[in-house]
Amino acid sequence: MDEAMWAFGRASGFISLALFTASVLLGIVNRSGRPLLTLPRFSISILHRNIALLATVFLGLHVGSLMLDPFARLRPVDVLVPFLGSYRPLWQGLGTVALDLLLAVVVTALLRQRIGPRVFKAVHWFAYAAWPVAMAHALGNGTDAGSAWFLALAVASAAVVVGALLWRLSATFLETTRAREGRPL
Amino acid sequence: MGTILHIDWTRCDGRGLCTELLPAVLGRDDWGYPVARGYQGRARTDVPIEPRDEEAAQEAVSLCPTMALALRKAASRGD
Repeated sequence: MDEAMWAFGRASGFISLALFTASVLLGIVNRSGRPLLTLPRFSISILHRNIALLATVFLGLHVGSLMLDPFARLRPVDVLVPFLGSYRPLWQGLGTVALDLLLAVVVTALLRQRIGPRVFKAVHWFAYAAWPVAMAHALGNGTDAGSAWFLALAVASAAVVVGALLWRLSATFLETTRAREGRPL
Repeated sequence: MGTILHIDWTRCDGRGLCTELLPAVLGRDDWGYPVARGYQGRARTDVPIEPRDEEAAQEAVSLCPTMALALRKAASRGD
């Protein structure tokens, strides 16, 4: 049972990070206003939301299973307050920081229709801060961080996220950039 | 009593989701913004919605990335 909780914590943490990475990439495509391959814009929007919510579910399972694990001994306070943990408190604390940021992102996203676009958008930027923090937590705390397959995946996803971010910051990011700058279509 | 789709132009960024969900109702201009097909003037801001399009219009309201859309009940269809 002890081993089971640890294994479950590892797997759910990995799945959550992978889904979070996919959600960040889809969010950037969503913001560009462009359809993706055969997916229309509204499908990208729905996919971004659903994958993000699925990542949140796995994040809940990740934290919940490690609260039950006798080695990690995650206390309720460690879920929200970083750097107090018993096992590698710095790296575990980064996980808590990422969870806090993502909690704010998820709650404001679900309440978007009530709180309006300004607060929603301001808080949604936290996702960009949470991703590298979550990745650092996985690399510093994760049992699998030393294995080659994990490092290869981490490097690959970091490269894709940085690439998407550079695209996000580029001058022709928006679908409508050319038309709105008065250049020929 | 009809339904109208109100477009808040101060929020609209022409992202194109509504024009995908309501292709028969909304076209897209060269800059990406929605244009009500077959209507001029005020009806391009308060777009009349047929009952068969109401469900898609509701989807557009909830999925609009800039929250620029709202569904309203109109007393008359007035031009």
